[in-house]
Amino acid sequence: MSRYLTPAFALAGAIGLALTVWLIFTATPLAVDYTPGSRVYVSGTSLFYNQKIFYYHVPHAFMMFLAVGISGVCSIIFLAKRDPKWDDVALASAEVAVAFGAVVLLTGSIWAKAAWDHWWIWEKRLTMSLLLWLTLVGYVLVRRFAGASGERLSAGMAVFAMIGVPFIYVMVGAGDNHPKAGAEGNVATLDPAMRGIFWACVATFFCWFMALVTNRVQSARMEREVRELREKGLDAGLLA
Amino acid sequence: MTALDRVKITKVAKRYGNERALANVSLELGARSMCALLGHNGAGKTTLLGLLSTLVSPNDGRITYHSNNAEVHGEAVRREIGLLAHSSLCYGELTARENLSLFAGLYSVDGTAATIEAVLDRVGLDARARDRAARTYSRGMLQRLSLARALLTKPSLLLLDEPFTGLDRGGALALGAELGTLRDAGAIVVVVTHDLEAIADRTDHVAILRRGQLVFEDRGAYDYEQLKGLYHRHAN
Amino acid sequence: MSVLRQAARIAWKDLRIELRSREIVYTMAFFGGLLAVVYSFVFPSKSELVPLAAPGMLWVSIAFAGTIGLGRAFDRERENDTMRALLLAPIPRLAVFLGKSAAIAVLMLAVAVVVTPMLALLLGADLFADPGPLALSLVLGAIGFSVVGSVFSAALIKVRSRDVLLPVIIYPLLIPLFVAGTSVTAGLLAVPANPEKVWYWMGFLGIFDAAFLVVSLWIFESMVIE
Repeated sequence: MSRYLTPAFALAGAIGLALTVWLIFTATPLAVDYTPGSRVYVSGTSLFYNQKIFYYHVPHAFMMFLAVGISGVCSIIFLAKRDPKWDDVALASAEVAVAFGAVVLLTGSIWAKAAWDHWWIWEKRLTMSLLLWLTLVGYVLVRRFAGASGERLSAGMAVFAMIGVPFIYVMVGAGDNHPKAGAEGNVATLDPAMRGIFWACVATFFCWFMALVTNRVQSARMEREVRELREKGLDAGLLA
Repeated sequence: MTALDRVKITKVAKRYGNERALANVSLELGARSMCALLGHNGAGKTTLLGLLSTLVSPNDGRITYHSNNAEVHGEAVRREIGLLAHSSLCYGELTARENLSLFAGLYSVDGTAATIEAVLDRVGLDARARDRAARTYSRGMLQRLSLARALLTKPSLLLLDEPFTGLDRGGALALGAELGTLRDAGAIVVVVTHDLEAIADRTDHVAILRRGQLVFEDRGAYDYEQLKGLYHRHAN
Repeated sequence: MSVLRQAARIAWKDLRIELRSREIVYTMAFFGGLLAVVYSFVFPSKSELVPLAAPGMLWVSIAFAGTIGLGRAFDRERENDTMRALLLAPIPRLAVFLGKSAAIAVLMLAVAVVVTPMLALLLGADLFADPGPLALSLVLGAIGFSVVGSVFSAALIKVRSRDVLLPVIIYPLLIPLFVAGTSVTAGLLAVPANPEKVWYWMGFLGIFDAAFLVVSLWIFESMVIE
């Protein structure tokens, strides 16, 4: 893996971060028209600047879902081939997903407080994120505390978690209070003024996600290399 | 039943998490042979046995099983494997007869009452104990039951992990003799043990592991003193 | 088919041992019943709340009892290393998985048979108004729970903190199953009963079981072979 991969992604992410922060506060519409007492979120409320959380909240959620997918697929390959390289990627993805998931839950919580005056509500996407986040935290815990079997067990968890995503999606389907992004509740139908910057944010956090994952994978591989060198040294009698 | 007559271990490596258990081990086992697998605790003997029994899969390298120059896979291999370990591998709540009947069914071998009695006679399990739950057995009786379980299925690859532990001198020598008989009948026998006396003068193949690597291998008969010397020279 | 026959042999072995000692089923059933009593104390028992609270209490009791049963059933295979013997046998390893999970599902249903009337009695919940769908949902729930639980329990046999790791692993994965089960029960208890809700979530439960069973069948061997 090229040693420039992480710095490249990190740099792109950093530039993106600076750019998007600036653009969000200068070039996106401000949410001002709100119908008091209405539970339907029309694109624009008295959230004012709180609405701008959307630009960071949603990309983090995208990345968390992406990470669950990557972890699941890599775990399947790892269980079939037992090549630790795949397990490294699955682990890195899951760990980074825990961080991103925490951001999703925190920002979602702030928004919930701003929009509905509750720090937490059981609506569709927040619930889904919470469940996935719990599974990912479980993955990391099992890794840490299950000893030598940890790799297999967490790989199994990742596979089941990936398969479970559609079920969680259907399960939370009924009764949605989540703010609708765009006219049809779908990101693809975002207001054009928001669209460009939104996708710029997604790209930024994708770079940031990749930077963290590649870094973690590299450090796992280096750890293994050091261990192997140590074994060689012990074998040759050069080390105590 | 296609009896195994050759097992080839090629450059196997195994890690458990951060620990390296085996590295680049190659070994070949043949029919009518008893191989003593020696080494300190943690040298990788149990792991190698695990790999041979198909219960552990290697991170690198492979193990192939052969019968009449044809390679054998999967269930057909497991049918030929007999395992004798420190634990009895039998159900404590079931009687000796019930345990053997269960395993006869799992292995699809003759499980009639007569056959089961014959095997229990061969290992010398007290007739009065055969209808008692196995958890009431003494250690020696459990070992006999375990041996009966292994012999019932007529394995051609017999793997033994410290089978002499807990047996008295007479019991250990008797078991050693039984293993010799099986070897003479054509089986491939692999014994992991620290009890050099029990296998001395019976083995014809010695392999010594140290820190996951094969440091010594030789085919030939060894007596007790020779085995001790080899062990001290190579296992450290 | 050989897989099913060997699985049946293994399941029957487990149930026969259980019939002899009755250790797991007594402790599981008592634990489930005990939970029902605890809930009756700690949750308010106003009659309007009962149809809302009872489904959760029923399913949580069965889930907790099921976790204990899973732990005990696989501990048994650990005692004399018999799990190794089963995996070594020339049978499809899936047969071991199917046999163990079938046996555990049966034990969980035995617990349900105890806990359901207890809750009906203690809370005054009309759980037997429509016993057919309730029984079906419990069967489907037990199957889903024991399937996922068996995959991980088998892999956890050699792990030191297996008792606490098992719930950590399987509960998040099984949340859709719990939601579906409680929704079916809630639909049955609702006044007036809500058959649409009942059968929607029953279907969900069935599909969940099917999907997770398929994944388990595929993944079991790689989880138990080190």
